[in-house]
Amino acid sequence: MLDPDICARTLGVALRSGGDFAEVFAEDRSSSSARFDDGRVEDVVSGRRRGAGVRVVRGESTGYAHTADLSEQGLHDVAAAAAAAARGTPGETRVVALDRRPAPRPHPVTIRPESVDKARKVELLERADAAARARGDAISQVSAGYADGSRRILVANSDGLLVEDEQVRTRLSVSCVATGDTGLRTGTESPGRTVGFELFDEFAPEQVAATAADRALTMLRARPAPSGRLPVVLRRGAGGVLFHEACGHGLEADLVDRDASVFRGQVGERVASPKVTLVDDGTYAREWGTYAIDDEGAPARRTTLIEDGVLTDFMWDRLRAEKEHRGSTGNGRRETYQHLPMVRMTNTYVLAGEDDPDDIIADTPYGLYCVALGGGQVDPATGDFVFGVTEAYLIENGRVTEPVRAAQLIGNGPEVLRRIDAVGNDFDTWAGTCGKNGQGVPVSSGQPTLRVAELTVGGTARA
Amino acid sequence: MPEPEPLVAARRVALQARPGEQVEAYVARSRETEVSVLRGDVEALTVAEQFGIGVRVLVDGRQGYASAGSLDPDSLDDTLAEARDNARFSAPDPWQGLPTREEATAVAPPRLDLWRDDLEAVPTTAKVDLALALERATSGADARIRGVESASYHDAAVQGAVASSLGVEAEARRTACSCSVAALAGDGDETRTGYGFSVGRTTGDLDLDAAAADAAERATRLLGATQPPSQQLPVVLDPLVTSSLLGIVGAALSGEAVLKGRSMFAGRVGEAVAAPLVTLVDDPTTEDARGASTHDGEGVPTRRTVLVAEGELRGFLHNVYTGRRAGEATTGSAVRGLGSPPGVGARALALTPGARDPEAIIASLPAGLYVQAVSGLHSGTSPVSGDFSVGAVGLMIRDGAFAEPVREVTVASTLQRILLDVAEVGADLTWLPGSAAGATVLVSEMQLSGA
Repeated sequence: MLDPDICARTLGVALRSGGDFAEVFAEDRSSSSARFDDGRVEDVVSGRRRGAGVRVVRGESTGYAHTADLSEQGLHDVAAAAAAAARGTPGETRVVALDRRPAPRPHPVTIRPESVDKARKVELLERADAAARARGDAISQVSAGYADGSRRILVANSDGLLVEDEQVRTRLSVSCVATGDTGLRTGTESPGRTVGFELFDEFAPEQVAATAADRALTMLRARPAPSGRLPVVLRRGAGGVLFHEACGHGLEADLVDRDASVFRGQVGERVASPKVTLVDDGTYAREWGTYAIDDEGAPARRTTLIEDGVLTDFMWDRLRAEKEHRGSTGNGRRETYQHLPMVRMTNTYVLAGEDDPDDIIADTPYGLYCVALGGGQVDPATGDFVFGVTEAYLIENGRVTEPVRAAQLIGNGPEVLRRIDAVGNDFDTWAGTCGKNGQGVPVSSGQPTLRVAELTVGGTARA
Repeated sequence: MPEPEPLVAARRVALQARPGEQVEAYVARSRETEVSVLRGDVEALTVAEQFGIGVRVLVDGRQGYASAGSLDPDSLDDTLAEARDNARFSAPDPWQGLPTREEATAVAPPRLDLWRDDLEAVPTTAKVDLALALERATSGADARIRGVESASYHDAAVQGAVASSLGVEAEARRTACSCSVAALAGDGDETRTGYGFSVGRTTGDLDLDAAAADAAERATRLLGATQPPSQQLPVVLDPLVTSSLLGIVGAALSGEAVLKGRSMFAGRVGEAVAAPLVTLVDDPTTEDARGASTHDGEGVPTRRTVLVAEGELRGFLHNVYTGRRAGEATTGSAVRGLGSPPGVGARALALTPGARDPEAIIASLPAGLYVQAVSGLHSGTSPVSGDFSVGAVGLMIRDGAFAEPVREVTVASTLQRILLDVAEVGADLTWLPGSAAGATVLVSEMQLSGA
């Protein structure tokens, strides 16, 4: 994407005013999307973003500047601006020698999205719309979106690293509205993978649409969710959001470093039920949060965060790892070249346990069964977190019974982790976008069916 | 290479329209500075100048769109070519099209002073000092503040321009700056967090002491918070919470959501959708509003739109497309980013303020819950169904005064119910970041879920 000699000279300019570390991050991103809404193809949209950012680290301070101008002069200008931002004083240009390293591919992309005719992308959406509407007359509106993106990145730094990667992601999203006596209800399903057009070998548009439509139809007959503390069973896949919020963010080393995590200083201690083993693994083939290298050039890897309930490690980026004289775990990510990297999750999974998922439900006299979640939020400093359920049912006498309306669940991370009393032998994942300090990155969460002995459910009906 | 002025670049693209084709270009340019500090030192300082262009092409009611992050001539040509190609694949829609000159001149644009030259003259070191001063002021605000999670300063000078082949042209520019801080209160056994901020158009508008005091008070007053039992009770919403809630109500008042059957307000014009004391207006011509703007995303002048008057639903927000389709006119409510064609949205929603200040409202309550902050707004609420269930922290109210702090609770109702249950709006109207103003609001009853 950039000539290695230009990268090396730019790093020289960046370090002219001193500094411990300098980095060039270049990005070339192409995206294409289409939206079928209200019975017709509404828009077909393309986007292209190219640019580079230069980072200069000096002590505890980082200077950053970025530009869409990838000429050598443009790069030197931002290098000088980043150096000034790091509060250096002008001096001699340093010479940086770069050593190009190959980035390991986690898996091949079989059908490159840009090789697929736009008409075929649009046709998928027509099929999704028809399939959703066929689920019932109560389906009153359908919106189906297709999106693909290719993101090429290059990282060159003053340690001599030069590495490039390409990430290709494809996603289908179907949202339905069902109309009935109780008003409007919604259902959404949006699978995504770090793959090309072969996504649709795994997820037929009709199937995705049917799931979304059935979810909206189910919600039409839902009654108000209960209010108060009760046992909560999370079906495989969807509930991974709980761990993303309950402890994922709190295990990011930048939050630990700024004393904004309840898990600070607890490595080696029991922080969860012995049934819980949690990993963050950016190398899983095809998953939504997968990549070969992070946005600092470090290879993605598997980090065990919690093993049999004991906290084993945090997730690290380069800056925080240097401070602790250890290696990065490949979790330094940024939304675009316009952003500084920070510690982010990739694919964060609770590993399968030994309990039979059916038994977990059968062993629950009364509780809530969560099938689809809508996202969540955490205050990592206190550990208090929420997540919203968009498809849930009551469990009565060990059986899944009536659907209940969307509601927020709230708990405290360290308390909830200890209260997990059953972990199933099944597993699934869920693709989402994680937001932190205004930057959104693709992540997946995953877990087996599991039960939290008690969690506060924020409905309106007295339990 | 110097980049062209936004209007010049936009016009250059719009003029390339072929016969039978409508072309619109939207060009944005911004200069930004962002500083974050930690423990008395600069943690990160980012300086940037950004450009972007979004091109819309319409042929026989088929719309195509493309965008790019650069204004060099090749980029502009590629973007136009992509938008043209994309238009071939969308379905024709008789209402789809760019604003005509008549639509764009039906009302005169407001005169707004949203730009401060002096912001560009403030040296970066002064901005760094601002963030450092904010961190110090927060640390020193209360003996129980044990640290500052983050303190930051941000500013942006943004210029935008729209030009179309139908001869519509508009330019807008604004400056904005803000500082924010998150305070950590308590000892090792207990931590509570509190957020404070200040916004303005230039650094002189910022009130660091108020931001620091706010963050410290919000963190310290939650110390000792516990989970109360589930109950129904009156709820007082902090202005920040009201602003967030209005943001969701605003999404349901978008003409697009209404026309596509995705709004709880569809088909209800003329009905009582809120308590009689509720009047809700979107007015981007309000200079103090953070979303103030002379023109909308399609180059149509903004204007005041009454959405709810004394509880009665009066109408919706429209861009040119939804206005035509609804048989009404655009309300100048096209909103857009670079990445996608214009949508519809509120910029400056506000409730008509009431007579009493927040203290008087709280003093009048024998019992209730004061909600200081909410979480999970995007996962537990829906402008389509009206579902509303959010995490909350705050203080119980007893005998007209703040009592014990609470945490790990949710408050739930439906948006429809909340609007009807508004018992009082405070006099404390404040413009906040986002599309809506804040004010203290008393809701007569909500369900608190806790122990």
